[in-house]
Amino acid sequence: MLNFRSPETTPLVRLNNAGVRRNGRWLVRGVEFSISPGEIVTLIGPNGSGKSTTAKTAIGVLKADEGYVERKSGLKVGYVPQKLAVDWTLPLTVERLMTLTGPLKGREIEEALSSTGVLHLAKAEVQHLSGGEFQRALLARAIARKPDLLVLDEPVQGVDFSGEIALYELIKQIRNRTGCGILLISHDLHIVMAETDTVVCLNGHVCCTGTPQAVSQSPEYQKLFGRRAASTLAVYSHNHDHTHLPDGRVLHADGSITEHCYPGDGHHHDEDDNVHDHGDDCGCGHHSRLHGFELKEKRDA
Amino acid sequence: MLDDFFVRALIAGIGIAVMAGPLGCFVIWRRMAYFGDTMAHSALLGVALSLLLDLNLMVAVFIVAAAVSLLLLFLQRRGALSTDALLGILSHSALSIGLVIVAFMTWVRIDLVGFLFGDILAVSESDIDIIWGGGILVIFAIVYLWRPLLASTVNPELAEAEGMKPERARLFFMLLMALVIAIAMKIVGILLITSLLIIPAATARRFSTSPEIMAVLASVIGALAVTGGLFGSLHWDTPSGPSIVVAALALFVLSLLPIGRRRLETASHSTPGGHH
Repeated sequence: MLNFRSPETTPLVRLNNAGVRRNGRWLVRGVEFSISPGEIVTLIGPNGSGKSTTAKTAIGVLKADEGYVERKSGLKVGYVPQKLAVDWTLPLTVERLMTLTGPLKGREIEEALSSTGVLHLAKAEVQHLSGGEFQRALLARAIARKPDLLVLDEPVQGVDFSGEIALYELIKQIRNRTGCGILLISHDLHIVMAETDTVVCLNGHVCCTGTPQAVSQSPEYQKLFGRRAASTLAVYSHNHDHTHLPDGRVLHADGSITEHCYPGDGHHHDEDDNVHDHGDDCGCGHHSRLHGFELKEKRDA
Repeated sequence: MLDDFFVRALIAGIGIAVMAGPLGCFVIWRRMAYFGDTMAHSALLGVALSLLLDLNLMVAVFIVAAAVSLLLLFLQRRGALSTDALLGILSHSALSIGLVIVAFMTWVRIDLVGFLFGDILAVSESDIDIIWGGGILVIFAIVYLWRPLLASTVNPELAEAEGMKPERARLFFMLLMALVIAIAMKIVGILLITSLLIIPAATARRFSTSPEIMAVLASVIGALAVTGGLFGSLHWDTPSGPSIVVAALALFVLSLLPIGRRRLETASHSTPGGHH
């Protein structure tokens, strides 16, 4: 395997303590990570934990209300949004969808469509596609523009399990062939693409970051998913011991509610459970230092 | 030839239909029909102001329609009320303020019915120059803005992520709408402009396989409706606006007939994946 990451490459995108606030509430806060060329970063986290918000902030669709985002100048992004509904009144074939944001040669369109396995649907209207087919068409559109950074918001939603494995393999090939950086949002809390270099777990803030462990190392998962899948998927094991309530308070695993979630307050699980590295703003309770998320800040939010 | 009021109305009407076609497509793709109505209704306020301040009619209507759409954007950002409630308030308030101002101006006699429902007798030769001049401007602008407009119609965030400016495209789109309303008001009438935008575009949908084809087809269908409607208006002495709308509706109903539908189904079945 080629390693595209080298210390001298400047990152495509870097988020520095980025936070986004809407209607007086922080959607996500204190996010720090970067994506280098050839690097695959996967965001995981429960619903409403700020995964899509973080991805949109990274590519400039949302502006950070605190902290800042550095982007390489002239960064070319290929984006597959989480939800995309094309109104039935708009006659749009898969082929026409491909050149939505920029012109492409016929050969480039064909290559991209056949690489995601939907070349036979080129003339079909997008409204007639199944969820999985549409997802592949959107992925083809994003890669056809040869982006520096590919942002995929739950790219395997609506795709069946073997399709999911195939798409992950395709994403890996795209990375290896083009050397683009990839920001992936996973719909699964524990299973990520095996090629992921960095997993960022969000829960309104960066809960923890780390590297996944290949499923193939775990016999139980291997049995569960089969051998082909086992080389494509990886587990990211971690425990969430608290939930962020809408009002900013924190519900802990033992049922108690506190104003904040910083570790060392007696609500967190044992160090022994720890299999991952920690981000600075980790709320997992594994590390000894207290960071961020103080009482005052939460009340502000 | 151009002395003839009917020929003038025909030339003006076709010019309006040509520019209304592509804009109307965006109105239905973006689900902005009621928004278009609101802008059109505000045109009567523009008429009243132009009489009160002795301004050029089309300029006054353009300014008021553009101002109303900007006001709506501003109110939407504040997010206090839902968009349709805001539209309801703006639409009928602007129309009513216009009517009240007109009623106060006892010294001017204006043909209110002509403004509300269109008047083919009202088209002068200089109007034709403005309509075709404005029409060419609108068409050029749409061709120039086509990709960002279409991309942000499909998904604004995707357009923005991939280096387009959806907000700017939207602003230009609203200015174009204001321009079309100002130009079309005399022929189609304030209350019916939106239907000239929507009905031909909706008719074109069933025969279109791409957004570009639909835009062109909407212009052609609009021109047919204008021609048919004006002939009807002349023949039965009906107001031109409603006559054009009735003609457009007739074409729409025709497009729903099995003949048209079968053609569409064959077209989509001949493509692999057209049947799911």
